[in-house]
Amino acid sequence: MPKEIDREGLRRMVDAGAQLVEVLPAEEYAEDHLPGAISLPLSRIDAERSKALDKTRPVIVYCWDIA
Amino acid sequence: MSPRAAWRLESLGFQELYDYTVGKLDWLAAGLPTEGTNANRPRAGTLARKDVPTCALDERLGAVRDRAHAQGWDAAVVVNAERVVFGLLRAKELAGDGDRLISEAMRPGPSTFRPYVLADEMAKTMVNHKLESSPITTSDGRLVGLLLQKDVVDAGGTGV
Repeated sequence: MPKEIDREGLRRMVDAGAQLVEVLPAEEYAEDHLPGAISLPLSRIDAERSKALDKTRPVIVYCWDIA
Repeated sequence: MSPRAAWRLESLGFQELYDYTVGKLDWLAAGLPTEGTNANRPRAGTLARKDVPTCALDERLGAVRDRAHAQGWDAAVVVNAERVVFGLLRAKELAGDGDRLISEAMRPGPSTFRPYVLADEMAKTMVNHKLESSPITTSDGRLVGLLLQKDVVDAGGTGV
């Protein structure tokens, strides 16, 4: 089950090797994204594209806000 | 959107998933660095003057005015102990009766803007609304600094 994480938790986990994934459309990612994040828009998540991620490491996803 | 993405990844076999639910908005509002085409464009948070004088609701206007002028300012931001913005004193308010309490003399509930707003967008807003200065705050209302219209215009915002 995915767990919620706050900003400080995110920073700690990224420092410890977690993967950061922005799920907004690629155009929004191109303008601004968190340092080190990769782009994997929600509408494009599938088995093939998720191979860009390492299943053995934690993954943190984010979009614009809670909405 | 991100909860669905997290669950979708779980369905694809990912075991350890986290959702930064407050997202990019929270990150930007905190004034933290980003990467991307906008990363190096000036923003409200970087241009805001962090040395703006602050004061409390229960101070007297005369004392605040003296302090602000001594620091070379003709404005002050009214905050509480948590630096949450309650009001603004521009030149007009600072020129009032020195015995008045700040709570009575201030311009209450000023419009505030987030640190991530790009300078050119801020310039348009401030010029169109004739705002000589605007407090920049985090999303929970804490003061980052005071943004001066001339600073955003000088930074490249045309204001039109």
